[in-house]
Amino acid sequence: MSGPSRVAVQDRAAFLRRPEHRLLRVAALAGLLVLWEALTRVGWIPALFLPSPVGVLRELGEMAVSGQLFVHVGASLRRLVLGFAAGAAAGVAVGVLTGFFARAEAVGQPLIAATFPIPKIALLPLLILWLGIGEPSKVAVIALGVFFPMAINTYAGVREADPLLVRAAVAFGAGRWSVIRKVILPSALPMIFAGLKLGAGTALLLLVAAEMIAAESGIGFLVLHAGNIMDTTKLMVGIVVLSLLGLLSHWALARCERLAVPWRFT
Amino acid sequence: MRVIVDRLSKTYRDRGGQDLAALEEIALTVEPEEFVAVLGPSGCGKSTLLGIMAGLLPATSGQVFFEGERRDGQPLTATVFQEFALFPWRTVRGNVEFGLEELEAAPAERKERVARFIAMTGLEGFEAKFPHQLSGGMRQRVGIARALAVDPAVLLMDEPFSALDAQTRTLMMEELLGIWERTRTSIVYVTHNIQEAVYMADRVVVLSRRPGRVIDVVPVELKRPRHEGQMGEPAFVHAAERIWGLIKTQAQAALREGRA
Repeated sequence: MSGPSRVAVQDRAAFLRRPEHRLLRVAALAGLLVLWEALTRVGWIPALFLPSPVGVLRELGEMAVSGQLFVHVGASLRRLVLGFAAGAAAGVAVGVLTGFFARAEAVGQPLIAATFPIPKIALLPLLILWLGIGEPSKVAVIALGVFFPMAINTYAGVREADPLLVRAAVAFGAGRWSVIRKVILPSALPMIFAGLKLGAGTALLLLVAAEMIAAESGIGFLVLHAGNIMDTTKLMVGIVVLSLLGLLSHWALARCERLAVPWRFT
Repeated sequence: MRVIVDRLSKTYRDRGGQDLAALEEIALTVEPEEFVAVLGPSGCGKSTLLGIMAGLLPATSGQVFFEGERRDGQPLTATVFQEFALFPWRTVRGNVEFGLEELEAAPAERKERVARFIAMTGLEGFEAKFPHQLSGGMRQRVGIARALAVDPAVLLMDEPFSALDAQTRTLMMEELLGIWERTRTSIVYVTHNIQEAVYMADRVVVLSRRPGRVIDVVPVELKRPRHEGQMGEPAFVHAAERIWGLIKTQAQAALREGRA
Protein backbone atom coordinates (compact mmCIF):
# COMPACT_ATOMS: atom_id res chain seq x y z
CA MET A 1 0.00 0.00 0.00
CA SER A 2 1.33 3.38 -0.96
CA GLY A 3 0.60 6.46 1.07
CA PRO A 4 -0.91 9.75 -0.07
CA SER A 5 0.93 11.27 -3.03
CA ARG A 6 0.67 14.13 -5.50
CA VAL A 7 1.02 13.61 -9.25
CA ALA A 8 1.19 16.44 -11.74
CA VAL A 9 -0.76 15.92 -14.98
CA GLN A 10 1.51 15.78 -18.02
CA ASP A 11 0.59 16.90 -21.52
CA ARG A 12 0.43 13.53 -23.18
CA ALA A 13 -0.72 14.81 -26.57
CA ALA A 14 2.42 16.91 -27.15
CA PHE A 15 3.74 14.57 -29.84
CA LEU A 16 0.55 15.04 -31.87
CA ARG A 17 1.16 18.73 -32.43
CA ARG A 18 2.44 19.70 -35.87
CA PRO A 19 4.41 22.94 -35.85
CA GLU A 20 5.13 24.59 -39.20
CA HIS A 21 8.95 24.28 -39.28
CA ARG A 22 9.39 27.11 -41.75
CA LEU A 23 13.15 27.01 -41.73
CA LEU A 24 13.16 23.31 -42.51
CA ARG A 25 11.00 23.93 -45.55
CA VAL A 26 13.45 26.41 -47.02
CA ALA A 27 16.42 24.28 -45.99
CA ALA A 28 15.05 21.20 -47.77
CA LEU A 29 14.75 23.04 -51.08
CA ALA A 30 18.10 24.79 -50.72
CA GLY A 31 19.73 21.54 -49.65
CA LEU A 32 18.57 19.75 -52.78
CA LEU A 33 20.03 22.51 -54.99
CA VAL A 34 23.31 22.53 -53.10
CA LEU A 35 23.59 18.74 -53.29
CA TRP A 36 22.83 18.84 -57.02
CA GLU A 37 25.42 21.56 -57.62
CA ALA A 38 27.99 19.68 -55.51
CA LEU A 39 27.41 16.43 -57.41
CA THR A 40 28.01 18.12 -60.76
CA ARG A 41 31.07 20.05 -59.48
CA VAL A 42 32.75 16.92 -58.17
CA GLY A 43 32.30 15.51 -61.64
CA TRP A 44 30.67 12.23 -60.65
CA ILE A 45 27.87 12.92 -63.08
CA PRO A 46 28.77 14.26 -66.53
CA ALA A 47 27.09 17.53 -67.52
CA LEU A 48 25.55 15.80 -70.52
CA PHE A 49 23.29 13.83 -68.17
CA LEU A 50 22.83 16.39 -65.44
CA PRO A 51 23.89 20.01 -65.94
CA SER A 52 24.58 22.04 -62.83
CA PRO A 53 21.95 24.40 -61.38
CA VAL A 54 24.31 27.33 -61.85
CA GLY A 55 24.83 26.36 -65.48
CA VAL A 56 21.09 26.12 -66.05
CA LEU A 57 20.65 29.56 -64.46
CA ARG A 58 23.39 31.03 -66.65
CA GLU A 59 21.82 29.54 -69.78
CA LEU A 60 18.44 30.93 -68.70
CA GLY A 61 20.02 34.38 -68.40
CA GLU A 62 21.66 34.13 -71.82
CA MET A 63 18.42 33.02 -73.45
CA ALA A 64 16.62 35.91 -71.80
CA VAL A 65 19.19 38.41 -73.07
CA SER A 66 19.08 37.03 -76.60
CA GLY A 67 15.29 37.15 -76.50
CA GLN A 68 15.05 33.48 -77.51
CA LEU A 69 13.43 32.63 -74.19
CA PHE A 70 10.59 35.10 -74.65
CA VAL A 71 9.82 33.89 -78.15
CA HIS A 72 9.20 30.41 -76.81
CA VAL A 73 7.49 31.45 -73.58
CA GLY A 74 5.34 33.93 -75.49
CA ALA A 75 4.22 31.34 -78.04
CA SER A 76 3.43 28.85 -75.28
CA LEU A 77 1.61 31.36 -73.10
CA ARG A 78 -0.57 32.45 -76.00
CA ARG A 79 -1.69 28.88 -76.68
CA LEU A 80 -2.12 28.17 -73.00
CA VAL A 81 -4.20 31.23 -72.21
CA LEU A 82 -6.41 30.97 -75.29
CA GLY A 83 -7.01 27.26 -74.87
CA PHE A 84 -7.54 27.50 -71.14
CA ALA A 85 -9.99 30.40 -71.41
CA ALA A 86 -12.01 28.77 -74.18
CA GLY A 87 -12.12 25.39 -72.46
CA ALA A 88 -12.95 26.83 -69.05
CA ALA A 89 -15.73 29.08 -70.38
CA ALA A 90 -17.31 26.24 -72.35
CA GLY A 91 -16.91 23.86 -69.42
CA VAL A 92 -18.59 26.20 -66.94
CA ALA A 93 -21.45 26.89 -69.36
CA VAL A 94 -22.06 23.19 -70.05
CA GLY A 95 -21.67 22.32 -66.36
CA VAL A 96 -24.25 24.90 -65.30
CA LEU A 97 -26.71 23.91 -68.02
CA THR A 98 -26.44 20.17 -67.39
CA GLY A 99 -26.51 20.70 -63.64
CA PHE A 100 -29.58 22.92 -63.64
CA PHE A 101 -31.79 21.87 -66.55
CA ALA A 102 -32.98 18.27 -66.51
CA ARG A 103 -33.26 18.18 -70.30
CA ALA A 104 -29.71 19.45 -70.80
CA GLU A 105 -28.54 16.85 -68.30
CA ALA A 106 -30.28 14.06 -70.22
CA VAL A 107 -28.59 15.16 -73.45
CA GLY A 108 -25.21 16.20 -72.08
CA GLN A 109 -24.39 13.57 -69.46
CA PRO A 110 -24.10 10.55 -71.77
CA LEU A 111 -22.15 12.58 -74.34
CA ILE A 112 -19.67 13.76 -71.73
CA ALA A 113 -19.38 10.30 -70.19
CA ALA A 114 -18.65 8.82 -73.61
CA THR A 115 -16.02 11.36 -74.70
CA PHE A 116 -14.36 12.13 -71.37
CA PRO A 117 -12.15 8.98 -71.22
CA ILE A 118 -10.49 9.70 -74.59
CA PRO A 119 -6.90 10.84 -73.98
CA LYS A 120 -7.10 14.28 -75.54
CA ILE A 121 -3.65 14.12 -77.10
CA ALA A 122 -4.91 11.26 -79.28
CA LEU A 123 -7.24 13.76 -80.89
CA LEU A 124 -4.43 16.07 -81.97
CA PRO A 125 -3.87 14.40 -85.36
CA LEU A 126 -7.59 14.67 -86.04
CA LEU A 127 -7.61 18.29 -84.93
CA ILE A 128 -4.64 19.00 -87.20
CA LEU A 129 -6.57 17.45 -90.09
CA TRP A 130 -9.56 19.62 -89.32
CA LEU A 131 -7.92 22.87 -88.27
CA GLY A 132 -4.52 22.71 -89.93
CA ILE A 133 -1.04 22.43 -88.47
CA GLY A 134 -1.06 26.00 -87.13
CA GLU A 135 -2.18 27.49 -83.83
CA PRO A 136 -5.90 26.56 -83.84
CA SER A 137 -5.27 22.83 -83.47
CA LYS A 138 -2.97 23.34 -80.47
CA VAL A 139 -5.37 25.77 -78.81
CA ALA A 140 -8.21 23.34 -79.49
CA VAL A 141 -6.51 20.36 -77.89
CA ILE A 142 -5.76 22.42 -74.75
CA ALA A 143 -9.35 23.70 -74.70
CA LEU A 144 -10.64 20.13 -74.93
CA GLY A 145 -8.41 19.05 -72.08
CA VAL A 146 -9.63 21.88 -69.86
CA PHE A 147 -13.26 21.53 -70.90
CA PHE A 148 -13.88 18.13 -69.31
CA PRO A 149 -12.65 18.72 -65.75
CA MET A 150 -14.40 22.10 -65.84
CA ALA A 151 -17.72 20.71 -67.06
CA ILE A 152 -17.62 17.81 -64.61
CA ASN A 153 -16.60 19.93 -61.62
CA THR A 154 -19.07 22.68 -62.39
CA TYR A 155 -21.83 20.12 -62.77
CA ALA A 156 -20.98 18.64 -59.37
CA GLY A 157 -20.85 22.13 -57.83
CA VAL A 158 -24.26 23.01 -59.25
CA ARG A 159 -25.78 19.76 -58.01
CA GLU A 160 -24.36 20.46 -54.56
CA ALA A 161 -26.05 23.84 -54.27
CA ASP A 162 -28.14 23.90 -51.09
CA PRO A 163 -31.82 23.36 -52.08
CA LEU A 164 -32.84 25.44 -49.08
CA LEU A 165 -31.00 28.47 -50.49
CA VAL A 166 -32.60 27.92 -53.87
CA ARG A 167 -36.01 27.81 -52.18
CA ALA A 168 -35.19 30.93 -50.21
CA ALA A 169 -34.24 32.76 -53.41
CA VAL A 170 -37.49 31.69 -55.07
CA ALA A 171 -39.42 32.70 -51.96
CA PHE A 172 -37.99 36.19 -52.44
CA GLY A 173 -39.08 36.38 -56.04
CA ALA A 174 -36.07 35.02 -57.93
CA GLY A 175 -36.75 33.44 -61.31
CA ARG A 176 -34.73 30.82 -63.15
CA TRP A 177 -31.86 33.05 -64.31
CA SER A 178 -31.71 34.94 -61.08
CA VAL A 179 -31.41 31.65 -59.20
CA ILE A 180 -28.60 30.54 -61.50
CA ARG A 181 -26.72 33.82 -61.23
CA LYS A 182 -27.23 34.54 -57.54
CA VAL A 183 -27.40 31.09 -55.94
CA ILE A 184 -26.18 28.32 -58.24
CA LEU A 185 -23.05 30.03 -59.54
CA PRO A 186 -21.76 31.28 -56.17
CA SER A 187 -22.48 27.82 -54.69
CA ALA A 188 -20.49 26.19 -57.45
CA LEU A 189 -17.55 28.63 -57.32
CA PRO A 190 -15.36 26.54 -54.98
CA MET A 191 -15.84 23.51 -57.24
CA ILE A 192 -15.24 25.67 -60.31
CA PHE A 193 -11.92 26.79 -58.87
CA ALA A 194 -10.98 23.21 -58.05
CA GLY A 195 -11.70 22.45 -61.71
CA LEU A 196 -9.60 25.39 -62.87
CA LYS A 197 -6.62 24.16 -60.89
CA LEU A 198 -7.08 20.66 -62.26
CA GLY A 199 -7.49 22.07 -65.75
CA ALA A 200 -4.34 24.17 -65.46
CA GLY A 201 -2.28 21.01 -64.94
CA THR A 202 -3.94 19.28 -67.88
CA ALA A 203 -3.44 22.36 -70.04
CA LEU A 204 0.29 22.45 -69.37
CA LEU A 205 0.61 18.75 -70.14
CA LEU A 206 -1.25 19.06 -73.44
CA LEU A 207 0.63 22.22 -74.36
CA VAL A 208 3.99 20.48 -74.13
CA ALA A 209 2.72 17.36 -75.89
CA ALA A 210 1.22 19.38 -78.74
CA GLU A 211 4.36 21.48 -79.11
CA MET A 212 6.49 18.37 -79.22
CA ILE A 213 4.36 16.87 -81.95
CA ALA A 214 3.87 19.81 -84.25
CA ALA A 215 5.45 23.16 -83.53
CA GLU A 216 8.36 25.40 -84.46
CA SER A 217 8.19 27.39 -81.24
CA GLY A 218 7.14 27.05 -77.64
CA ILE A 219 8.68 25.47 -74.59
CA GLY A 220 7.69 21.96 -75.61
CA PHE A 221 9.49 22.47 -78.89
CA LEU A 222 12.49 23.92 -77.03
CA VAL A 223 12.74 20.89 -74.74
CA LEU A 224 12.41 18.36 -77.56
CA HIS A 225 14.80 20.20 -79.84
CA ALA A 226 17.41 20.61 -77.09
CA GLY A 227 17.14 16.90 -76.35
CA ASN A 228 17.68 16.02 -79.99
CA ILE A 229 20.91 18.01 -80.15
CA MET A 230 21.92 16.81 -76.67
CA ASP A 231 21.96 20.34 -75.25
CA THR A 232 20.95 19.16 -71.78
CA THR A 233 21.38 22.58 -70.19
CA LYS A 234 18.87 24.15 -72.58
CA LEU A 235 16.58 21.19 -72.01
CA MET A 236 16.72 21.83 -68.27
CA VAL A 237 15.96 25.52 -68.85
CA GLY A 238 12.77 24.42 -70.61
CA ILE A 239 11.83 22.16 -67.72
CA VAL A 240 12.51 24.89 -65.15
CA VAL A 241 10.38 27.35 -67.12
CA LEU A 242 7.57 24.77 -67.29
CA SER A 243 7.69 24.20 -63.58
CA LEU A 244 7.63 27.95 -63.00
CA LEU A 245 4.62 28.22 -65.32
CA GLY A 246 2.86 25.54 -63.32
CA LEU A 247 3.62 27.22 -60.01
CA LEU A 248 2.63 30.60 -61.34
CA SER A 249 -0.73 29.44 -62.69
CA HIS A 250 -1.54 27.69 -59.43
CA TRP A 251 -0.63 30.76 -57.43
CA ALA A 252 -2.62 33.06 -59.70
CA LEU A 253 -5.69 30.81 -59.47
CA ALA A 254 -5.41 30.68 -55.68
CA ARG A 255 -5.27 34.50 -55.62
CA CYS A 256 -8.31 34.74 -57.89
CA GLU A 257 -10.16 32.27 -55.68
CA ARG A 258 -9.55 34.43 -52.63
CA LEU A 259 -10.98 37.40 -54.47
CA ALA A 260 -13.95 35.53 -55.91
CA VAL A 261 -14.89 33.48 -52.84
CA PRO A 262 -14.25 35.93 -50.00
CA TRP A 263 -16.84 34.34 -47.68
CA ARG A 264 -14.67 31.25 -47.43
CA PHE A 265 -11.59 33.09 -46.30
CA THR A 266 -12.91 35.59 -43.77
CA MET B 1 -54.42 41.93 -46.85
CA ARG B 2 -56.54 39.10 -45.56
CA VAL B 3 -55.35 35.54 -46.20
CA ILE B 4 -57.88 32.82 -46.73
CA VAL B 5 -56.78 29.22 -46.68
CA ASP B 6 -59.63 27.36 -48.30
CA ARG B 7 -59.97 23.62 -47.65
CA LEU B 8 -56.35 22.98 -48.39
CA SER B 9 -55.12 19.40 -48.69
CA LYS B 10 -51.72 18.08 -49.54
CA THR B 11 -50.83 14.48 -50.32
CA TYR B 12 -47.28 13.40 -50.97
CA ARG B 13 -46.52 10.32 -53.00
CA ASP B 14 -43.45 8.49 -51.78
CA ARG B 15 -41.09 6.48 -53.98
CA GLY B 16 -43.03 3.29 -53.51
CA GLY B 17 -46.08 5.02 -54.95
CA GLN B 18 -47.73 5.19 -51.52
CA ASP B 19 -49.85 8.25 -50.83
CA LEU B 20 -49.11 10.08 -47.64
CA ALA B 21 -51.61 12.73 -46.51
CA ALA B 22 -49.80 15.70 -44.95
CA LEU B 23 -52.64 18.20 -44.70
CA GLU B 24 -56.37 17.62 -44.77
CA GLU B 25 -58.97 20.27 -45.47
CA ILE B 26 -57.16 23.10 -43.71
CA ALA B 27 -59.35 26.19 -43.46
CA LEU B 28 -58.23 29.36 -41.75
CA THR B 29 -58.25 33.10 -42.18
CA VAL B 30 -55.58 35.57 -41.20
CA GLU B 31 -56.86 39.10 -40.75
CA PRO B 32 -54.77 42.17 -41.61
CA GLU B 33 -52.32 43.04 -38.80
CA GLU B 34 -53.04 39.77 -37.08
CA PHE B 35 -50.45 37.50 -35.46
CA VAL B 36 -51.51 33.88 -35.92
CA ALA B 37 -49.56 30.94 -34.59
CA VAL B 38 -49.91 27.52 -36.18
CA LEU B 39 -49.07 24.89 -33.63
CA GLY B 40 -48.89 21.13 -33.85
CA PRO B 41 -46.80 18.10 -32.99
CA SER B 42 -43.82 17.26 -35.17
CA GLY B 43 -44.79 15.89 -38.54
CA CYS B 44 -48.19 17.55 -38.67
CA GLY B 45 -47.50 19.34 -41.92
CA LYS B 46 -46.98 22.83 -40.46
CA SER B 47 -44.07 23.57 -42.73
CA THR B 48 -45.93 22.15 -45.71
CA LEU B 49 -48.74 24.60 -45.00
CA LEU B 50 -46.32 27.52 -44.99
CA GLY B 51 -44.66 26.25 -48.15
CA ILE B 52 -47.99 26.20 -49.97
CA MET B 53 -48.89 29.67 -48.68
CA ALA B 54 -45.52 30.94 -49.94
CA GLY B 55 -46.10 29.41 -53.37
CA LEU B 56 -43.15 27.07 -52.99
CA LEU B 57 -45.21 23.87 -53.06
CA PRO B 58 -48.31 22.91 -55.04
CA ALA B 59 -51.44 22.02 -53.10
CA THR B 60 -53.22 18.78 -53.93
CA SER B 61 -56.61 20.40 -53.51
CA GLY B 62 -57.99 23.64 -52.13
CA GLN B 63 -56.48 27.09 -52.51
CA VAL B 64 -54.92 30.04 -50.76
CA PHE B 65 -56.30 33.51 -51.47
CA PHE B 66 -55.10 36.95 -50.59
CA GLU B 67 -57.72 39.67 -50.70
CA GLY B 68 -57.79 43.37 -49.97
CA GLU B 69 -55.66 46.39 -50.80
CA ARG B 70 -52.29 45.52 -52.22
CA ARG B 71 -49.61 48.17 -52.50
CA ASP B 72 -47.75 48.55 -55.80
CA GLY B 73 -45.19 45.80 -56.20
CA GLN B 74 -45.93 44.38 -52.78
CA PRO B 75 -45.14 40.68 -52.58
CA LEU B 76 -47.83 38.50 -51.02
CA THR B 77 -45.49 36.72 -48.68
CA ALA B 78 -41.95 36.67 -47.39
CA THR B 79 -40.56 33.75 -45.43
CA VAL B 80 -38.28 33.48 -42.42
CA PHE B 81 -36.73 30.02 -42.40
CA GLN B 82 -35.93 27.78 -39.46
CA GLU B 83 -32.37 27.21 -40.70
CA PHE B 84 -32.04 30.93 -41.58
CA ALA B 85 -31.25 30.17 -45.27
CA LEU B 86 -28.96 33.18 -45.61
CA PHE B 87 -26.76 33.40 -48.67
CA PRO B 88 -23.24 32.72 -47.36
CA TRP B 89 -21.62 34.73 -50.19
CA ARG B 90 -23.58 37.84 -49.34
CA THR B 91 -22.87 40.18 -46.49
CA VAL B 92 -25.58 41.14 -44.03
CA ARG B 93 -26.43 44.11 -46.25
CA GLY B 94 -26.46 41.94 -49.38
CA ASN B 95 -28.78 39.42 -47.77
CA VAL B 96 -31.23 42.06 -46.60
CA GLU B 97 -31.15 43.58 -50.07
CA PHE B 98 -31.84 40.32 -51.91
CA GLY B 99 -35.62 40.54 -52.09
CA LEU B 100 -35.49 44.22 -53.05
CA GLU B 101 -33.23 43.37 -55.99
CA GLU B 102 -35.72 40.81 -57.21
CA LEU B 103 -38.53 43.37 -56.83
CA GLU B 104 -36.38 45.74 -58.89
CA ALA B 105 -36.82 48.48 -56.33
CA ALA B 106 -35.21 51.83 -57.15
CA PRO B 107 -31.65 52.15 -55.76
CA ALA B 108 -32.53 54.99 -53.41
CA GLU B 109 -35.49 53.10 -51.99
CA ARG B 110 -33.44 49.95 -51.71
CA LYS B 111 -30.81 51.75 -49.72
CA GLU B 112 -33.34 53.41 -47.46
CA ARG B 113 -35.20 50.18 -46.73
CA VAL B 114 -32.05 48.16 -46.13
CA ALA B 115 -30.83 50.79 -43.65
CA ARG B 116 -34.23 50.97 -41.94
CA PHE B 117 -34.60 47.23 -41.37
CA ILE B 118 -30.98 46.73 -40.44
CA ALA B 119 -31.53 49.36 -37.75
CA MET B 120 -34.86 47.86 -36.69
CA THR B 121 -33.37 44.40 -36.20
CA GLY B 122 -30.34 45.70 -34.32
CA LEU B 123 -27.81 44.79 -37.02
CA GLU B 124 -26.10 48.17 -37.25
CA GLY B 125 -22.35 47.80 -37.38
CA PHE B 126 -22.65 44.28 -38.86
CA GLU B 127 -23.58 45.32 -42.40
CA ALA B 128 -20.33 44.12 -43.96
CA LYS B 129 -20.12 40.81 -42.07
CA PHE B 130 -20.77 37.47 -43.72
CA PRO B 131 -23.37 35.16 -42.13
CA HIS B 132 -20.79 32.68 -40.82
CA GLN B 133 -19.24 35.49 -38.79
CA LEU B 134 -22.49 35.97 -36.85
CA SER B 135 -24.13 34.10 -33.97
CA GLY B 136 -27.36 32.21 -34.54
CA GLY B 137 -29.47 35.00 -33.06
CA MET B 138 -27.82 37.60 -35.28
CA ARG B 139 -28.29 35.40 -38.32
CA GLN B 140 -31.99 35.11 -37.74
CA ARG B 141 -32.16 38.87 -37.32
CA VAL B 142 -30.80 39.05 -40.85
CA GLY B 143 -33.47 36.56 -41.92
CA ILE B 144 -36.17 38.74 -40.39
CA ALA B 145 -34.75 41.96 -41.86
CA ARG B 146 -34.55 40.35 -45.30
CA ALA B 147 -38.20 39.33 -45.08
CA LEU B 148 -39.51 42.61 -43.70
CA ALA B 149 -37.53 44.69 -46.21
CA VAL B 150 -39.77 43.57 -49.08
CA ASP B 151 -42.84 44.73 -47.11
CA PRO B 152 -44.86 41.54 -47.64
CA ALA B 153 -48.63 41.38 -47.16
CA VAL B 154 -48.01 38.47 -44.80
CA LEU B 155 -44.84 37.39 -43.05
CA LEU B 156 -44.46 33.60 -42.88
CA MET B 157 -42.24 32.30 -40.11
CA ASP B 158 -41.28 28.62 -40.02
CA GLU B 159 -40.11 27.82 -36.48
CA PRO B 160 -37.76 30.79 -36.79
CA PHE B 161 -36.20 30.49 -33.35
CA SER B 162 -36.10 26.72 -32.82
CA ALA B 163 -32.45 26.50 -33.89
CA LEU B 164 -31.44 28.99 -31.19
CA ASP B 165 -30.56 28.36 -27.56
CA ALA B 166 -33.25 29.00 -24.95
CA GLN B 167 -32.03 32.40 -23.74
CA THR B 168 -31.52 33.77 -27.24
CA ARG B 169 -34.92 32.45 -28.23
CA THR B 170 -36.66 34.32 -25.41
CA LEU B 171 -34.89 37.55 -26.32
CA MET B 172 -35.68 37.14 -30.00
CA MET B 173 -39.37 36.55 -29.24
CA GLU B 174 -39.49 39.86 -27.40
CA GLU B 175 -37.70 41.60 -30.23
CA LEU B 176 -40.02 40.13 -32.82
CA LEU B 177 -43.02 41.37 -30.86
CA GLY B 178 -41.43 44.82 -30.67
CA ILE B 179 -40.85 44.85 -34.42
CA TRP B 180 -44.35 43.61 -35.08
CA GLU B 181 -45.84 46.38 -32.88
CA ARG B 182 -44.10 48.85 -35.17
CA THR B 183 -44.70 47.29 -38.60
CA ARG B 184 -48.01 45.53 -37.96
CA THR B 185 -47.35 43.13 -40.81
CA SER B 186 -49.59 40.12 -40.35
CA ILE B 187 -47.64 37.06 -39.30
CA VAL B 188 -48.24 33.35 -39.63
CA TYR B 189 -45.90 31.80 -37.11
CA VAL B 190 -45.36 28.06 -37.19
CA THR B 191 -44.09 26.46 -34.01
CA HIS B 192 -44.34 23.36 -31.85
CA ASN B 193 -43.74 25.38 -28.69
CA ILE B 194 -46.92 26.23 -26.78
CA GLN B 195 -45.38 29.02 -24.65
CA GLU B 196 -44.02 30.68 -27.74
CA ALA B 197 -47.35 30.51 -29.55
CA VAL B 198 -49.43 31.83 -26.65
CA TYR B 199 -46.93 34.55 -25.74
CA MET B 200 -46.90 36.06 -29.20
CA ALA B 201 -50.08 35.24 -31.09
CA ASP B 202 -53.58 36.69 -31.19
CA ARG B 203 -54.91 33.27 -32.11
CA VAL B 204 -53.34 29.83 -32.02
CA VAL B 205 -54.41 27.39 -34.71
CA VAL B 206 -53.90 23.89 -33.33
CA LEU B 207 -53.22 21.15 -35.85
CA SER B 208 -53.57 17.41 -35.33
CA ARG B 209 -50.75 15.10 -36.19
CA ARG B 210 -50.48 13.64 -39.66
CA PRO B 211 -52.55 14.21 -41.60
CA GLY B 212 -52.73 17.76 -40.23
CA ARG B 213 -56.24 18.98 -39.57
CA VAL B 214 -57.34 22.06 -37.65
CA ILE B 215 -58.47 20.72 -34.25
CA ASP B 216 -59.23 24.07 -32.72
CA VAL B 217 -58.44 27.77 -32.86
CA VAL B 218 -57.58 29.18 -29.45
CA PRO B 219 -57.82 32.96 -28.99
CA VAL B 220 -55.29 34.51 -26.61
CA GLU B 221 -56.79 37.27 -24.49
CA LEU B 222 -53.58 38.96 -23.40
CA LYS B 223 -53.09 42.72 -23.59
CA ARG B 224 -50.60 44.21 -25.98
CA PRO B 225 -47.86 45.24 -25.99
CA ARG B 226 -46.91 41.98 -24.36
CA HIS B 227 -44.10 41.31 -21.96
CA GLU B 228 -42.61 38.30 -20.25
CA GLY B 229 -44.42 39.01 -16.97
CA GLN B 230 -47.71 38.04 -18.59
CA MET B 231 -46.62 34.41 -18.77
CA GLY B 232 -47.96 33.95 -15.21
CA GLU B 233 -51.36 35.55 -15.90
CA PRO B 234 -54.48 33.37 -15.79
CA ALA B 235 -55.29 34.13 -19.45
CA PHE B 236 -51.86 32.84 -20.48
CA VAL B 237 -52.00 29.74 -18.30
CA HIS B 238 -55.55 29.01 -19.38
CA ALA B 239 -54.74 29.20 -23.08
CA ALA B 240 -51.56 27.16 -22.69
CA GLU B 241 -53.38 24.43 -20.74
CA ARG B 242 -56.19 24.31 -23.20
CA ILE B 243 -53.75 23.84 -26.09
CA TRP B 244 -51.78 21.21 -24.20
CA GLY B 245 -55.06 19.37 -23.53
CA LEU B 246 -55.77 19.35 -27.25
CA ILE B 247 -52.33 18.23 -28.25
CA LYS B 248 -51.35 15.85 -25.46
CA THR B 249 -53.15 12.78 -26.78
CA GLN B 250 -51.77 13.48 -30.23
CA ALA B 251 -48.24 13.77 -28.92
CA GLN B 252 -48.61 10.62 -26.84
CA ALA B 253 -49.86 8.67 -29.84
CA ALA B 254 -46.91 9.92 -31.89
CA LEU B 255 -44.52 8.91 -29.12
CA ARG B 256 -45.97 5.42 -28.95
CA GLU B 257 -45.60 5.04 -32.69
CA GLY B 258 -42.00 6.10 -32.32
CA ARG B 259 -42.46 8.94 -34.77
CA ALA B 260 -41.99 11.88 -32.43
